[in-house]
Amino acid sequence: MLRLENVSSGYGNILALKGISLDINAGEIITLIGANGAGKSTTLMTISGVVKTRTGKIFFKDREIQKAEPDDIVKSGLCQVPEGRHIFPMLTVQENLDMGAFLRNDKAEIKKDLDYVYSLFPILAQRRNQDGGTLSGGEQQMLALSRALMARPEVLLLDEPSMGLAPLIIKQIFEIIKQINKDNNTTIFLVEQNANQALQIADRAYVIENGKITLSGQASDLLTNEEVQKAYLGI
Amino acid sequence: MLMDFDYFRELFFSGLTRGAIYALIALGYTMVYGIIGLINFAHGEIYMIGAFTAFIAATIFSILGFPALAIIILAGVCAVIWSASYGYTIEKIAYKPLRHAPRLSPLISAIGMSIFLQNYVLLAQTSDFLPFPALIPDFDFMEPYAHIVGSTDVVILATTTVIMIILTFIIKYTKVGKAMRATAQDRTMATLVGINVNRIISATFIIGSSLAAVGGLLIASHIGQINFYIGFIAGIKAFTAAVLGGIGSIPGAVLGSVILGLTESFATGYVSSDYEDVFAFSLLVLILIFKPSGILGKADNQKV
Repeated sequence: MLRLENVSSGYGNILALKGISLDINAGEIITLIGANGAGKSTTLMTISGVVKTRTGKIFFKDREIQKAEPDDIVKSGLCQVPEGRHIFPMLTVQENLDMGAFLRNDKAEIKKDLDYVYSLFPILAQRRNQDGGTLSGGEQQMLALSRALMARPEVLLLDEPSMGLAPLIIKQIFEIIKQINKDNNTTIFLVEQNANQALQIADRAYVIENGKITLSGQASDLLTNEEVQKAYLGI
Repeated sequence: MLMDFDYFRELFFSGLTRGAIYALIALGYTMVYGIIGLINFAHGEIYMIGAFTAFIAATIFSILGFPALAIIILAGVCAVIWSASYGYTIEKIAYKPLRHAPRLSPLISAIGMSIFLQNYVLLAQTSDFLPFPALIPDFDFMEPYAHIVGSTDVVILATTTVIMIILTFIIKYTKVGKAMRATAQDRTMATLVGINVNRIISATFIIGSSLAAVGGLLIASHIGQINFYIGFIAGIKAFTAAVLGGIGSIPGAVLGSVILGLTESFATGYVSSDYEDVFAFSLLVLILIFKPSGILGKADNQKV
């Protein structure tokens, strides 16, 4: 579904990704774990076309997308929820969701998806006319997820959905991520510092250190891997 | 006493008319600032070019013998199209290549553009004042009120009000309007939901320039003369109004313009017309000292 081949990218003189390769199949939940500054967010921004690749190729549904514009990439079915949620603070909840469906014109289907996300997060339906900036952190994360779903993505890139949230909310968000994967067969690529939670819902996982993939395998194997336990699970 | 009240009303309406014209220009400043954080100093020149285009078009159409109403509408359409293409082109050649440069670079580029356009019109047209035809006829039904408010003022106020309503509708309810607000609030995220930010920026320049062109047409037929320099002072005044209301805020630009227009009108009428600009810019200084974000300027309420 989504394949990175030897991708490097970065900002100015800094090379944040030093030749990483990933392979994600349709319907999978894949997680990328790593420390601060390891290159997790850069990986997602590079896939989304916001940060351009220096070398390497990115394939999405067998099409090379490393030179495509971000809006083309969204249009082809690849959507990102960035770190820090990035809710449009002065658009209402409803308008934020409208923006998620920006590239679509199928009104009836958009309405269906709107009902779907409001059923996933009834609190958002209650707050539909409130400005996005007035929501709590957890509600903003729900809105960010919902907004991405409004694009009806085939692959959903999630950057630190648990950041800054209370444990109870984190649990709820991860449950929903699992449900989204099951309901729509949406492929999920999840970037997390919260390795424990991420590995529990993922099928497979990659570990990134200093812009390089250092380990990969079944999520359940990584949970019991000694190095991973020491470095990322605090055991 | 009655006489005094009439004088007050006259000043009030002339202030309102001024404010309406400032608002048409100030909206372009504030919308562009909202989207790309740039004070587009060439915006006053777009207004001047609008006035010149309207002048040329009106002359041609009146030679061809069109009726008055057709002339004003056709001149308006020509001015809007021509100014909008200037606005679009200026963004593409002077600002877009500097999108990721330090903030000062596009600002200097804007000032350069402004000087270039002034001198270009100076060379291509003339340095003299050109008499602008009175396109707006005197209405008979306005006769009893002629000592308070002229027909031109009424047309300017009505046109501006209609345009504001249309603009508000576009910004609030249409897809492109929502995308504009989204881009202004968070450009990276706008990109990530699939908004083509370059196209939104172009749309902003086109809308802002069109409004300025309408302003140019209306003010030129109100004052009755134009030259290559009118864009500079009108631009600075409209910029003042935009800052007064809170740069980046659309209702702010309108409110700031009306306040500025009324202040100038009353100061001219009750104090001295020599001090018109002194009052306008004193207002700017006071606002910058006591409320730098402007009257309706909002503090950022984004949660991280």
